[in-house]
Amino acid sequence: MAPPPEQKAPVGRYTGTRVPRVEDARLLTGAGTYVDDVVRPGMLHACFVRSPVARARFGAVDVSRALRLPGVHAVLTAHDLNPGVHEQWYSLNGRDDPDTPRPPLAEDEVRFVGDPVAMVVADDRYIAEDAAELVVVDYEPLPPVVDYAVALQSPESVHASHPGNLVGQLAGRPMADLGPVFDNAPHVVSRTLHQQAHGPVPLETRGIVAEWTAAPGEMTVWASSQAPHEVRSFCARLLAVDENRVRVVVRDTGGGFGQKVMPQREEMCVMLAAVRLPAALKWIEDRQEHLLAAGQARHEHGEVRMAFDDDGRILAATLDHVQDAGAYPTPSPVRSGIAVGLLFPGPYRIPEGTFSSRFVFSNTSGRVAYRGPWQFESMAREVVLDAAARRLGIDPVELRRRNMLRHEDLPTVNCHGMPYDHITPYETFEQALEMLDYPAFRREQEHARAEGRLLGVGTCTYVEPTAGATPFHSTEGATIRVEPSGKVSVHVAGGSCGNSLETTVVQLTADALGAAIEDVGTVQGDTAVTPFGGGTGGSRSGSMTAGAVAETAAGLRARILAIAAHRLEVSVDDVEFVRSRATVKGRPEHGLTLAEIADIAYFQVHALPPDLPAGLEASGRYRTPHPMIWANATHVCTCEVDPRTGAVKLLRYIVSEDCGPMINPSVVEGQIYGGTVQGIGGALYEHLAHDDDGNPLATTFMDYLLPTATEVPVIELGHVETHGPGPGGHKGVGEGGAIGSAPAVVNAVADALAPFGAEITRLPLTPATVVGLLERSGAVAV
Amino acid sequence: MTDVDIRLRVNGVPRRATVPPRLTLADFLRTDCGLTGTHLGCEHGVCGACTVLLDGEAVRACLVFAVQADGAEVTTVEGLTPPGGGLSAVQTAFRDHHALQCGFCTPGLVVSVTAFLAEHPRPTDEEIREALSGNLCRCTGYQGIVDAVRAAAERGDAV
Repeated sequence: MAPPPEQKAPVGRYTGTRVPRVEDARLLTGAGTYVDDVVRPGMLHACFVRSPVARARFGAVDVSRALRLPGVHAVLTAHDLNPGVHEQWYSLNGRDDPDTPRPPLAEDEVRFVGDPVAMVVADDRYIAEDAAELVVVDYEPLPPVVDYAVALQSPESVHASHPGNLVGQLAGRPMADLGPVFDNAPHVVSRTLHQQAHGPVPLETRGIVAEWTAAPGEMTVWASSQAPHEVRSFCARLLAVDENRVRVVVRDTGGGFGQKVMPQREEMCVMLAAVRLPAALKWIEDRQEHLLAAGQARHEHGEVRMAFDDDGRILAATLDHVQDAGAYPTPSPVRSGIAVGLLFPGPYRIPEGTFSSRFVFSNTSGRVAYRGPWQFESMAREVVLDAAARRLGIDPVELRRRNMLRHEDLPTVNCHGMPYDHITPYETFEQALEMLDYPAFRREQEHARAEGRLLGVGTCTYVEPTAGATPFHSTEGATIRVEPSGKVSVHVAGGSCGNSLETTVVQLTADALGAAIEDVGTVQGDTAVTPFGGGTGGSRSGSMTAGAVAETAAGLRARILAIAAHRLEVSVDDVEFVRSRATVKGRPEHGLTLAEIADIAYFQVHALPPDLPAGLEASGRYRTPHPMIWANATHVCTCEVDPRTGAVKLLRYIVSEDCGPMINPSVVEGQIYGGTVQGIGGALYEHLAHDDDGNPLATTFMDYLLPTATEVPVIELGHVETHGPGPGGHKGVGEGGAIGSAPAVVNAVADALAPFGAEITRLPLTPATVVGLLERSGAVAV
Repeated sequence: MTDVDIRLRVNGVPRRATVPPRLTLADFLRTDCGLTGTHLGCEHGVCGACTVLLDGEAVRACLVFAVQADGAEVTTVEGLTPPGGGLSAVQTAFRDHHALQCGFCTPGLVVSVTAFLAEHPRPTDEEIREALSGNLCRCTGYQGIVDAVRAAAERGDAV
C-alpha cells in the first residue's frame, strides 16, 4: 500500500496534516528514556515477595536469612512500611470519594496470588530476587472467593470491612417499573453475557525510581505514568511532603491504556521505602508480576432484556450488571462503573429503560482502568441486538436502521439522562456498511454456507463521552516561551504513552502562534517545569491541550504582533505573522523574523511599545465548559470460523468514526488501529484466567495471548467529520477503538455460527469455546 | 559461581568485561554497556523487544547469557544508525508509516526487520506478517509496521 496521501488542511496550517512525529527520532534509535533507563548514583533495586496463594492468614515474616545475603540492604514488611502512609487518595476521584482498602504491603492476610507481602532492597535485581526466595512466610490458607459472580452469596469475605463482598452498587429506576412494558411487548429478548478478565498489558511493565534527599526533604520520582502530576500529588500526600518538594519526571512511557493513570500499591511501597534509604530505589516489574498483580479489567457479566414491537422497534431495554473489582481495585470501581449503565442505551432510540450495577470483591488482582472502561455497555447491547435480530427474523443491519439515532433526532437525551449532540452514529454505520458492500458479503456468505464454510459479519456502533469535565480533568494548562533566539518551547503536563502528544502539541502551538513548526519544541512530563495537568486518560488530551494552547498562545501572538507593528511603524491590523515572520500587508519584503522580535522583547526593552511587558512568555489555563464531548464510531468485521478447529480468522475489518477535525490523521489512525486490535485480542485471545483455587493460569506471554501480526487483519478506515463543541471542534479518539471492536468480532462469530442456533454467552471466543458451542448445538460430532 | 571474563564487540566497539555467568546479554548491554535501547518486555523470549544481532543473526537478548556472546559481534538498535547520524532505511520507513507509538517494542522490531530484510529482500505480505509475529506491539495494531517493512523492502537498500 502506498503511503497515505497528504491530507490538505486549511492553507498554512499544520493542524490537520500528517506532520512527522517529534518523538520518532529518539525512539527509533534507542535514545528514548523509559524509567528502567534511569540510573542514579548508588541506586538500589527492589523485588517483592508475593503471595503464592489466593487467600491466607500469615503471622511474622522471617527475613533473617534474606538479610544475611551479601548485597541485601533491607527487607521491609507491612510493619515497616504501612505506618508511613499519611494520606492515600487519588486526585482523579478526590479526597472524599469512598475508596476501597489499599495497604502498601499485605498485613496479616493475603488476598490474591501475587499480593505483595515484603519488599527486598539489594544492590541489583538478581540479588534481590535471590533474597526474596529466602524470605519465609507461614501461610494458613483460607477459603478464597475466586469467582466474583457468586461472591455476593459467599459466606467468605475478601475484606472483613465489606461482608458479602459488595463494594457498592448503583441503579436507575426500579426494574419492576418496566414490568408492564415487557409484559405487553410482542417480543422480549433476554441474554446473559459473561466477559472474561483481561487488561491493558502495556509492553513496558510498571516501574518507578524514587530518590529521597534527606537534608532538604526533597523527593524525586521517575515513573512510567500517564499522569505525572497525579503521581506527584499522590506522593506528597502519602509522605506528608510539601507538593513543591516532590518532582516527578516522566520522559518516555511504554504504553499505558489506563493501566498507568494512578500509582498502585507497589509504587507506594517504593515511595515509602525511599525515605528510609541512602540512595535512589528502583523497582521494575517483570512480566510475570505484571500478569499476576498489575490488575485486570473487563471482567463482568450482565443480563440484558430488550422489548420490541412487531416492527422491531425497541420499546425498552434493561441491564442487570455485575463487575469484578478483584481484591484491591485502583481506584474504587464504583464511580467509573456507573458509566456502563448510563451508556448502555448507546446510539439507539430506546424510550424506556433502567440498569443496575453491582461491584464485587474477589480474591484476584484488582480492577484497573482499561481503554474505554465502560466497554461492556457496547458488548452487552450490540451482542443482544444481534441475538434479537435472529430471534425476530430481521437482518441485524435492518434492525439497527429501524432503531438508530439519526441526524434529525439530535440533540437528544438518552433514557438515563445522557445528553447526546454533535454525533453521527447513523452516518458512520452506513459508511462502514458501504465500505464493506454489505449485500455483496451476504451473497458471498450464502455461497460459502452452501459449501459448508462458516462466514459471518458483525457490527458495533457506539457513542462515547470524551474529555469529560470531572474536577481533576476539567482544566489543562500551557506555558509558551518564545526564547531569546526566537525558538519556541511549549510546556504542558504531558503523560504521553504513545499518544503522540509531543507532536500534536507542537502542531497546535505552531498554528496558534503563527510560528514555523521547525521552530517549536515541547517540554512534557516533568512536574518541575510543566503546569499542572490531568495527564492522558478519558480521551481528553486532544481537546484539552488544544484549549490550553489556544488560551495561552492568543495573548502571546498579540504581543508578537504589537512589537512588530511598533518596530515596522504600522498599525497592528496591517501586520501579518506567518511561519515565524511578521510582514506588513502588501509589502512582504518589509518584515521581522520571530528571532528579531524576541531580541527586542528581551534585549531592546526600550524599543518595546510602552504598554507591553518585556520578554515573550505566557501561561494560560483552559477550563472546559462542556461536561463531555461525544464521539462515535461503527466497527464492521467479517470472519470465517473453521468448524473443525474452532479457529476464527478475521477477513475484513472496517472502522468508520467521527472524532471531529483531526489534528494529525496519522495519529488518529494509529489510535484507532491500536485500540481495535486490543479489542480483537479481548474478543478472541486474552484471558487472565484462574483455576478454582484462585491460581492464575496466564502468567507469561505464552499463556496470555496478545494478538500478533499474523492474526490481525488490514484495518480499513472511514471518517465522518462533524465539529464537536470544544476547542477546534476536536473530539477524543484514544479509547474508542477498544470499545467498538470486541462486540463487532463477537457478533461476526455469532453470525457465522447462527445456522446452528449457537448463542454466545461466554468470552473469549477461543477455538475451544467455539468448538464447544458447535458441539452443543449439534453441528459437530462430539 | 565465579565470574567469567568475556571479550566481544558491541556495535563495532571492542569490550572486555568480567560478568556473572547468569547475567543475560540484555542486562549486560543495558547495564554494563549503557545501551538502553534494548528493551525488556517479557524476559521469557516471547515479546521480541530485546532483539539484537549476534554475529548478524537476530536473537532475543533475554534468552542469551552474556558469556555466550564471548567472542561475538553484537549489534543493537544503537548500532544500526548510519555513521553520520540520521536514520537507517528501516528506521526511516518506520517513521514515514507511523509504525511506532510508545516506542517500547520499536528497537526490537527495527533490529528484527533489519535482519529479516537482509535474508528476504523481496518478501510477500504474508512473509512480512509471519516475520513480524515474533515481535509484540500493543500500540499500533501492526498496520503501520507492515506498511513500513514493505516500503523498506521496495526501497531495496534496507540493510
